Amino acid sequence: MSTRLATGGRLIDRGAPRRFTFNGKALRGFQGDTLASALLAGDQMLVGRSFKYHRPRGIVASGAEEPNALVNLGLSDRFEPNQRVTTTELFEGLTATSQNHWPSLDFDIGAINTHLSRFLPAGFYYKMFIHPRSFWKHVYEPVIRKSAGLGQAPSERDADRYEHLHARFDLVVVGGGIAGLQAARIAAEGGQSILLMEQTAHWGGRAPVDGDEIDGQPAQAWIDATIAALEAMPNVTLRLRCMGAGVYDHGYLLAYERLADHQPQADMPRHRLWRIRAGRIVTATGAIERPLSFAGNDIPGVMLASAVRDFIVNYAVSPGDRVVVVTNNDDAYRTALAVKRAGLDVPCIIDARPAGGGALMEQARQQGIRVETGKGIAAVQGGKRVTGITLCQQAGEGAVIDSIDCDVVAMSGGWSPVVHLWSHCGGKLTWDDPRACFIPDPNRPPTGADGSAFVASAGAASGALTAAEALADAARAIDPTKSASAAQAAPSDEAPLMPVWIMPHGAGAKLRAKMWLDFQNDVKVSDVQLAAQEGYESVEHAKRYTTLGMATDQGKLSNINGLAVLSGALAAPIPQVGTTTFRPPYTPISMGAIAGEARGEIFQPLRRSPMHQWHAENHAHWEPVGHWRRPYCYRRPGESIEGAVSREVNATRDSLGLLDASTLGKILVKGPDAGRFVDMMYTNMMSNLAPGKCRYGLMCSENGFLMDDGVVARIDDDTWLCHTTTGGAEHVHAHMEEFLQTEWWDWKVYTANLTEQYAQIAVVGPKARAVLERLGGMDLSKDSLPFMHWTEGTLAGLPVRVFRISFSGELSFEIAVPAGHGRALWDRLLEAGAEFNVTPYGTEALHIMRAEKGFIMIGDETDGTVIPQDLNLNWAISKKKDDFIGKRAHQRSHMQDPTRWKLVGLETLDGSVLPDGAYATASGTNANGQKHTQGRVTSTYHSPTLGHGIAMGLVLNGPDRMGEVLDFPRTDGTIVQARITDPVFFDKDGAKQNV
Amino acid sequence: MLTLTCPCCNIACDETELHPGGQAHVSRAGPDSGDDAFEQYLFLRKNPRGVHFERWRHAMGCGKWFHAARCTVTLEVFGTYSAQTLEPPQDILDAIAARRPDWQGFA
Amino acid sequence: MSDPVTPLNGASFQGFVTVTETAPQGMITLRGDLAAAALRDAVLAVAGADLPDMGRIVINGSRGCAWMSPDEALLLLPRADVPDALAQLATALEGSHHLAVDVSDARAMFRLEGAGLRDVLAKLTPADVSPAGLAPFTLRRSRLAQVAAAFWLTDQQAAHVICFRSVAQYVFDLLSTSARKGSEPELFDS
Repeated sequence: MSTRLATGGRLIDRGAPRRFTFNGKALRGFQGDTLASALLAGDQMLVGRSFKYHRPRGIVASGAEEPNALVNLGLSDRFEPNQRVTTTELFEGLTATSQNHWPSLDFDIGAINTHLSRFLPAGFYYKMFIHPRSFWKHVYEPVIRKSAGLGQAPSERDADRYEHLHARFDLVVVGGGIAGLQAARIAAEGGQSILLMEQTAHWGGRAPVDGDEIDGQPAQAWIDATIAALEAMPNVTLRLRCMGAGVYDHGYLLAYERLADHQPQADMPRHRLWRIRAGRIVTATGAIERPLSFAGNDIPGVMLASAVRDFIVNYAVSPGDRVVVVTNNDDAYRTALAVKRAGLDVPCIIDARPAGGGALMEQARQQGIRVETGKGIAAVQGGKRVTGITLCQQAGEGAVIDSIDCDVVAMSGGWSPVVHLWSHCGGKLTWDDPRACFIPDPNRPPTGADGSAFVASAGAASGALTAAEALADAARAIDPTKSASAAQAAPSDEAPLMPVWIMPHGAGAKLRAKMWLDFQNDVKVSDVQLAAQEGYESVEHAKRYTTLGMATDQGKLSNINGLAVLSGALAAPIPQVGTTTFRPPYTPISMGAIAGEARGEIFQPLRRSPMHQWHAENHAHWEPVGHWRRPYCYRRPGESIEGAVSREVNATRDSLGLLDASTLGKILVKGPDAGRFVDMMYTNMMSNLAPGKCRYGLMCSENGFLMDDGVVARIDDDTWLCHTTTGGAEHVHAHMEEFLQTEWWDWKVYTANLTEQYAQIAVVGPKARAVLERLGGMDLSKDSLPFMHWTEGTLAGLPVRVFRISFSGELSFEIAVPAGHGRALWDRLLEAGAEFNVTPYGTEALHIMRAEKGFIMIGDETDGTVIPQDLNLNWAISKKKDDFIGKRAHQRSHMQDPTRWKLVGLETLDGSVLPDGAYATASGTNANGQKHTQGRVTSTYHSPTLGHGIAMGLVLNGPDRMGEVLDFPRTDGTIVQARITDPVFFDKDGAKQNV
Repeated sequence: MLTLTCPCCNIACDETELHPGGQAHVSRAGPDSGDDAFEQYLFLRKNPRGVHFERWRHAMGCGKWFHAARCTVTLEVFGTYSAQTLEPPQDILDAIAARRPDWQGFA
Repeated sequence: MSDPVTPLNGASFQGFVTVTETAPQGMITLRGDLAAAALRDAVLAVAGADLPDMGRIVINGSRGCAWMSPDEALLLLPRADVPDALAQLATALEGSHHLAVDVSDARAMFRLEGAGLRDVLAKLTPADVSPAGLAPFTLRRSRLAQVAAAFWLTDQQAAHVICFRSVAQYVFDLLSTSARKGSEPELFDS
């Protein structure tokens, strides 16, 4: 069993006990524990189940590479699945539950899969579930989805907050082990701005655990002194619990700072995502120990040798009383010695190397530890916990030569440098044969905006695995000339590693089917070999076929072993097989951190008109229009949406309506060449518009497609005010600036987007003039302000510009007033209009009234494929102009095609409302068996004015087919018939607006 | 996530402050142009692997368009320059030649 | 005539930095040849300050002038003086190609006060807001989260932020959220 030792534990505070629960069981740990060490101290080795076979899973590692020990953490609005216990710091009241099992962790019915494993080989899902095709959607996928996944998704809104932080540093050092400290210390002397970050809660990395000495003092003393020195330097920023998550183009670096994971009740952001621009990045990210592939290497109690050492030294936790060490290198001997020092038993060190190790092996032997060289593990015994191992010759096929009782197997297959950050942005790797690992190739680094390298690796991340090598390498990474004066450690006498990818070397099929590579996704040596046999030679294909390295740990433990097995199966050298792509983030980061501040009210900008507050207080039913919120209608208590819309239309047509039109774009165009310029922007002639007058204009893209429309007012000789649609304001302004800056830069024209300078109110209906007269200050009679004219003056004491234009067919004035007076004018109009039953109306009433008049709406009648000619707007396309944006495109053969669908009105025979977007069918079917079409509905409404459904649509030869009846199938298969009509349904002569 | 220096206001812009505008130095084909010329203007783009000239607008900033010479493979930036020009200026061409001796030149 | 209202009626938030919507501010966008003597003289007359160099803003009492782009300046002045100032500019620049227009109501303006103001900005903008990158009276046009904004420091403890009027609430909420106590990143204020 695993337990807490009576003494020791460099990171725990025995004076500060912490209570927590695991699957409801009350447990105790200490401040400074990780959840992993606290669980082990409570003899909780079994912590989860694997993904595919639901095999029992124990803690394997002690850091970010842990593949197995994932738990659901927290409760309700602080619940989060898939949290690694090895990187979760213990706090008072922590609650964790295990995942991926049913009904319980100890008895999991899904474990039956392990007995079916020979029926569940690599690619099983691809092979099994492909036929019959229709089963995928209705049978296979729902069932697989239920059984897949690890933790549950949270069901409640996250209670925590998150933020981003943009920062710039000359140098960012990722990793606070001795290499990172060395690099930061040397670089800091030069005065440049430096950020040094460490993903754990402690500086110094492994050196204190390994017992290294630096500059003649214990590693911890040097670490403390170095941190103290760095803290005193104003140009250095230090961050613990901060992980380099990804390296991107031009020195962009994402870092993930976990501020409150270890203190969840603190009133602070839980995570902070640093968005850094770094002049240079040093990746001092260390190395990860590799497992060995022997039969039963997934049984709880089989752990990385370094993790066993960490738990003993850092947390005074004994993973077990009898620890067998199995290795292909010298480093694991340190674990054996640490176990021994803790007063526990090491029955045997199994060293696969025929000659064994160097000085450390001698130390072990002196301690009386049995060392077996040239040997391997034939199989591990045990179910939910290791009970022993059988010994064999590494070179053989696994014939058992001895059995050894133990409850922990500490394995080491060598170390893999953490090259992720180096690789994210194009840094290449090279294979280091002596150490059997991929290391960053300094000749092919990631390059930045100036074409030079912006990432360097330091320490174990470069493959410099001993303290002496790591310190020297870190000094070199910053400034090779300063290596001599930098901190140093004594070289250690270690024998070379021997690559061991399968143990024993000649293991047969039965053993290979029990050798796990990917512990979380249940990928075994036999699966990778099967993939190779079936032709998956590319490492990227083999990965996806077997799911090797696709679990939440992204193959941190298993990838190199998997590659080596694949290369063995393909009889190709490892460097030739290559690696899969390293993609950010290094370990999963929270969705909250990615979102940052963008949640709730500030998820995205919400644009408010000057009258927004009034709308909100008066039952506005909102419609999003871009980032604006516009009232769709004002829904009185008890009123239906349809009822509100009808009321608004009727009141406007009968008496007086008000529309908040502030969101319409308003772009001022001024200059000696402004007339020439607006002629290019619009399809109409705008240069000949007289000052004081307005004209409706169309704007096309260079493709010829109708892009925007609106009323243009000539302000004075060299100034035009261009109104755009609500959604088009920014786009049209940018479109104008683009042509002015990049095409006609010699034209003397300035533009200004005044959209937000003015509140604009449409005063609409038979009583529109009467209410404005009540406000007083201007003569707005028909003679002094005729239709399609504008004027300036004062209304109700406010400075206004009045446009006599109409989008509803009613007598209508649009009043522009500086936005700061918008609400005041709105309130005056409501007061003065009370006797006329003044009725604010929303966008739906606006749309209905314009449709009753046959006016097109950008975005309804247009969709980016419609030209003005399709909408019978030829009258608005100047034939006198040599050029305008879109003119050349209108000459293309497809645009000239006489069979282009054209705008018509549609009236259902039964008075109902046509479904939006419905197609008119024609006789016959196409090659896919679908009915031919001959038209479609572009906008459709119930007209309160006319009492029946009206619609507009684009129909083949439509204008020539007045009175014909078309069939429009509904989605339920029934058909609604509609007659082709003139699109102007109401007041064709314009009698109502010209009063 | 590029950084490009806007030549109009000298700000080293984050890519999120910029709006991309595609290939630079495309000349407009107007109403008198033939079908081929118009197709060239509207649709055909170089999309090279290597040295490329692009348009960018400093949208979250001074609002001005500018041009950038950039390697599409390594993202190395050779320089940024005024949008009011029909072809890359000599100092940009020199900068590219220094870094990419085999480059065939602007055509 | 009733007084114009700002979009948030002077809203304020007290965090590790104080965020306050400022009173109505007169603003004129002036586009033209910024090198022309006539224009520079007109700016001095209206804004009470010389047109500043690229990327800078000058403040002189209740007036000021910011360099916005190679052909655009923003003039700051008391709101009531805007109509006269526009008339003055029209006269002074008659015959020369320019555009001068009142944009006082198109904007919202905030004041940030406190030693941590660079930290607040750094949470929201990719712009360099370090002491080296954003010295007092450097005007930076950039974005705050998802919208365009401009900001400048008047000293190490005070800054102004300008954004469009329609997103005033959004920007106020952004600044307030970022200034919330307990979330001090201590990047610049340490």
